[in-house]
Amino acid sequence: MTLPRLLAGLPEDGSPISLADHEAIHGPPGESGTGLIEATARAGLHGRGGASFPTAVKLHSVSQERGPRAVLVNAAEGEPMSFKDRVLLARAPHLVLDGALAAAAAVGADRIVVAVREDASAARAAVTGAVAERGLRRRVKVRAVPVAYLAGQEGALIRHLDGGPLKPPAVPPLPYQRGLRGHPTLVQNPETMAHLALIDRHGAGWFRELGTERHPGSALVTVTGAVRGPGVQEIACGTALEEVIRTAGGTTEPLQAVLVGGFHGTWLPADHGSITLDDENLRRHGASLAAGVIVALGESACPVQELAQTMAWLADQSAHQCGPCANGMPALAGLMAALAAGRAPREYRQRLKRWCAQVPGRGACHLPDGAVRFLSTGLAVFAEEVADHVAHGPCDACAGPVTLAVAVPRARRRAA
Amino acid sequence: MSAKLRVDPIACTGHGLCHELFPEWIELDDWGYPMIDDRPIPADLLGHARRAADACPKLALLVEAERARG
Repeated sequence: MTLPRLLAGLPEDGSPISLADHEAIHGPPGESGTGLIEATARAGLHGRGGASFPTAVKLHSVSQERGPRAVLVNAAEGEPMSFKDRVLLARAPHLVLDGALAAAAAVGADRIVVAVREDASAARAAVTGAVAERGLRRRVKVRAVPVAYLAGQEGALIRHLDGGPLKPPAVPPLPYQRGLRGHPTLVQNPETMAHLALIDRHGAGWFRELGTERHPGSALVTVTGAVRGPGVQEIACGTALEEVIRTAGGTTEPLQAVLVGGFHGTWLPADHGSITLDDENLRRHGASLAAGVIVALGESACPVQELAQTMAWLADQSAHQCGPCANGMPALAGLMAALAAGRAPREYRQRLKRWCAQVPGRGACHLPDGAVRFLSTGLAVFAEEVADHVAHGPCDACAGPVTLAVAVPRARRRAA
Repeated sequence: MSAKLRVDPIACTGHGLCHELFPEWIELDDWGYPMIDDRPIPADLLGHARRAADACPKLALLVEAERARG
C-alpha cells in the first residue's frame, strides 16, 4: 500500500469518514493483543507528538505496571503551527479510535480518554460521533482541553484532566508509572495511535514499506508560511524538503530559511531544500521532524522579529514554576526585543551565549530546551540580520506581519 | 555505589545555600539557581553533598544513589 495511509479515502466534502467506508478501506481491526508491542518494536514506530520516543518502549512500560491502567490520546496539539492531529481526528476518527483500542488491549487498559483542544470543534465532534456510533461511550471519554503550549505536555495534561492545574509536575513519576487518577497511563498523540491501528492490521513489514530504515513509515506534516497551499500532507519519512514544499504549491516568494519542528524546532538555511525529512538525516543538522511542523520563511519577513516575537510568546507560555525558565525565558525574550529594536546592550553576544547555555535542561518540562534550540539555531542562520539590527536598528520588514503567527487565520488552514 | 545530586526544579526557590556548602559541584546561574555537576560524586566529597542537601530550606536538593537504567 502506498500513500496516503492515514488520510486514505477521505470524503471530498471535508466530513469525517464513515465507519463503513473506514472498514472498507482499512479492513477490520487486527487482533494483535499484546503482540502489538513486539510488532511496534519491529516496525520502529516513534511517537509523533514531538519527542519522537520509541512507541514500543512506552507500550511495554505500561504493560508491566500493576493494577488498572489507562490510555490517553493527547490531541491538545499545543504547537501553534501544527494542525495535523486535529485534521486527522476530524477526518479519520475511527482510525485513531482503532489505534487507542489496540493499544489498550496491548497494555491491559480499560479506560480511554481522548483530550482535544477546545477550539478544534470539528475534531471533537468527529471523535465524539465515532465513539457514539460504535457504542463506546462508557469506555471512551472525550474531553476538551484549553488552548495552551503546555496543554500538550503529558504531565500537565494529566494533572488538568484530574482536576489540577495545567502545569508540568515534577518527574519522576512518569505517566507510565502514575498517570490519570494515579493509574499507569499510556499517552500517545492521535497520529501515533493511527499508525498503531495500521500496524495492528498489517504488521511491521508493511509499516516499513514506506520511509527509511532508521525512520520508517509515513508521517503527517503541517506545511505553512510562504507556500501557495499551506496545509496538512502525509509523506513518506525521508521525503526531500523541496518536494514537500512543491506539494504545498511551491513558494510565494524566495525563501530565506525553513523552520523544521515548530516552536521547539530547528532553523535550516533556505539552501537546504535537498535535505530529506527523516530523523537520521535531520539529526546531522541538529534537527528532528518532531510533530511535523514545517514553516517556510519568505525573504520579505524580518527573521529577527520572528525570533523576538516567538520568544516573547514562549516566555509567556511558561508555567513559571522552575527558576531557570521563569527567569531565563523573559530575560532571553527581553534581550531579543531590545536587539530587534536596535537597543542591544554592548555585551549582548556574551549574554545570549551564557543564557542559551544556562536555561535548557534544568526544568520539570522541556519548554525552555526547545525554545533555546529554536533561538540558538535561528541566531546562527540569521547572524547577518541580527548584526544589522544591532548596528542600524529596525529594518524595513520589521513592521510587517510575522510568519510565525500564533493564531493562524482560518482561511490558511487546509486539509490535504 | 555511587551517588549523584539532583534538584527538584519546581521546589527550588534559589536560596543558594547549596552552592555555599558545596561549590565544587554546584554553581549558580545568573538568577541564583543551582547548576549541578552531573558526574557521580567521589566518595570523599559525599559528606559535603549530604550537608548541602540537608541545608536546603525547600528540601529541593537530593542525593540519589545511581542505579542502572532499564
